[in-house]
Amino acid sequence: MTAELQPDFGLNPLPPPTQTGQTKAHPWAKNGLIAIVVLYLLLLLFVPALNVFVQAFSGGIKGFLDTLTDRAFVSAVRLTLIMAIVTVPLNAIFGLCAAWAIARNKFPGRALLISILDLPFSISPVVAGLMIVLLYGRNGWFGPWLQAADIKIVFALPGMLLATAFVTLPFVAREVIPTLEEIGSDQEEAARILGASDWQTFWRVTLPSIRWSLLYGIILTNARAMGEFGAIVVVSGSIAGKTQTLPLYVEEAYKQYHTQSAYSAAMLLAGLAVVTLVLKEIMERKTQIKDAE
Amino acid sequence: MSISQSSSRSRSHRKNPLAQLADLSIPWKVTWVYLTVMLFLPMAALILKAATLSPADIWRVATSPTALSAYNVTFVTAFIAASINGVMGVAVAWVLVRYEFPFRKILDAAIDLPFALPTAVAGLTIATVYSENGWIGSLLAPFGIKVAFTRLGVGIAMLFISLPFVVRTVQPVLQGIEHDVEEAAWCLGASQWETFWKVVLPPLMPAVLTGVALGFARAVGEYGSVVLVAANVPFQDLIAPVLIFQRLEQYDYAGATVIGVVMLLVSLVVLLGINLLQAWGRRYDG
Repeated sequence: MTAELQPDFGLNPLPPPTQTGQTKAHPWAKNGLIAIVVLYLLLLLFVPALNVFVQAFSGGIKGFLDTLTDRAFVSAVRLTLIMAIVTVPLNAIFGLCAAWAIARNKFPGRALLISILDLPFSISPVVAGLMIVLLYGRNGWFGPWLQAADIKIVFALPGMLLATAFVTLPFVAREVIPTLEEIGSDQEEAARILGASDWQTFWRVTLPSIRWSLLYGIILTNARAMGEFGAIVVVSGSIAGKTQTLPLYVEEAYKQYHTQSAYSAAMLLAGLAVVTLVLKEIMERKTQIKDAE
Repeated sequence: MSISQSSSRSRSHRKNPLAQLADLSIPWKVTWVYLTVMLFLPMAALILKAATLSPADIWRVATSPTALSAYNVTFVTAFIAASINGVMGVAVAWVLVRYEFPFRKILDAAIDLPFALPTAVAGLTIATVYSENGWIGSLLAPFGIKVAFTRLGVGIAMLFISLPFVVRTVQPVLQGIEHDVEEAAWCLGASQWETFWKVVLPPLMPAVLTGVALGFARAVGEYGSVVLVAANVPFQDLIAPVLIFQRLEQYDYAGATVIGVVMLLVSLVVLLGINLLQAWGRRYDG
C-alpha cells in the first residue's frame, strides 16, 4: 500500500520455519549457511554487545557504582529522561493525528505526504541539528528576535528537544498507519451512526484496536529519544552537567580516557536497548494471540 | 475527530489556502502545524541559507578537496557496507525463515539490536572490540589489519547500523514465497543453486534492493557510531557528517550549510529511489 522508508520491524512475529522440501537440501549447505550467519552476527552484534557488559564491570561493582554517583552522570540521566518525557507524548499525539489523516482519507499527494513523513529517517541527524542551528542559532533566522527576548534555544534544552523530536517524528505514524488501514473504518462509522461523538469513537473504538502498534511506535520513539547522538551533539554544545545526555556523556568520558565511566553509562543505555527488544517480543506475542482469535 | 470529512471539504475550498486550513479537522491541523514547525521550517532555513551564497562559492565549498574526500569516504564506504549486508542479509533472512536450529528466536530478536542500541554505545564498543588489543582486533593485528581508527572501522560501524534493513525487508517476502514453485523447479531437474538463482531470487530482488537502499541511506547519515570508531582525520576516514560538525565548531556556517545541502540532496535522491524500488516490488504482489 504505502511506501515505507523503514522496513516493517513492527509486529511481525517470526513463524516456525517452513521446512517442506528441505529434505532435498544437502545438510552441509544448511549447516554451513547457519555457521556463516552465526559467525557474522557474532562478529558484528554479539561480541560488541557482550563487551559492553564485561567492560562496565571490569573495575568491579565499585567502579560501576562510582560512575553512578558522578554528578555529571546524574545530570545526564536526568536530561535523557526529560528528552523522552517531552518528545514521546508530543510525537505520539502527532503520530496519531498524521496516521489518522493519512489512513482515513484519500487525497491527491497522499504518497508524497507519506514520503515527507519519512524524511527525518533519511536526513542525517547532523544535518537535522544543523537545520535547527540555522533556524534558532545566534546567526539564524530567529536569532536576533530570540536574543532580544533573551530566549536560548541552541546550546540549551529547547534546541535539544527540537532535535530529538525531529529525529523521532515518524515512528508512531509509521507503526499506526498500516494498522488503521487494516482495521478499516466500518466500526468507526457504526459507532458514529449509533450516536458516539468523535472523541468517544476515537477513545472506545479506534484506540483499542490500534493500541499495540501505538505502543510499539512509542517504544521505538523512546529508544531513539534516549539514545540520539548526532542531532543532539550539534545543537547542545555538550556541556557537562548542563546539556549532556547519556550518549554525549559516553562520548566525552571515552574521549577523556575515563573508559570505566563511559562503559558504565553505555551499560545503562544497552540495558535500555535490551528492554526495548524484550518489549517488542512481548508485543509480538500479544498481536499473535489477537490474530489467532 | 471527524471521520472522512476533510477530504471532501478540502476539495471545495481550492481558492483560499487559509480558509482551507481553518476548515480542516483537528488531526489535519495538528499534522500540518507540527510538520511545518518541525520539518518544513528547518529545511527551508537550510536551503535559504545556502541560497544566500553565490553559486561560485557554493561550488568552491562543495568541491573542496576535504569535502570531496569526505564524500568519497562516506558514500563509497556506505555503499560497500550496504552491499555486503545485501548479501549477508539474504543469508540471515534465509536461515531464519527456512531452518530450525537452537537460539533461532534469540537470533531473530537480536537483528533489531542496531535500532535499539544508541549509536554512541555501538561506536564505543566497536572501537574497543576492534582495537589492536581488543577481542577481535587482536586476532587481526598479527595480519597487519587495523580496524579501529581507520576507514575499515568506519565500514564496520556502517555494517552494524545497516544490518537490520535487508533482513527485515527480505524476511516477509521470503515467508510469502510458495514452496510449490521451488519444488516444481527441483522436480524438473534444476539444481539447488539453479533453483535459488532463477526461482527464489528474482521475486526477492526488489526487497533486497530496497533494503540495500535503506541501509545505504542510514549509513550515509550515520554520525554517532562512526565518530567514535574513526580517527576523523581529513583525507583518511573523515565522513561528511563529521565534516559538517567540524565546520560548525569553527563557526563556518556557510561551509556547514553547503555540505549539509549536498547530504540533503543525496537523501532526497535515495528516498526517491526507494519509492521507485517499492513500486517495482509491488508488481510482484499481483
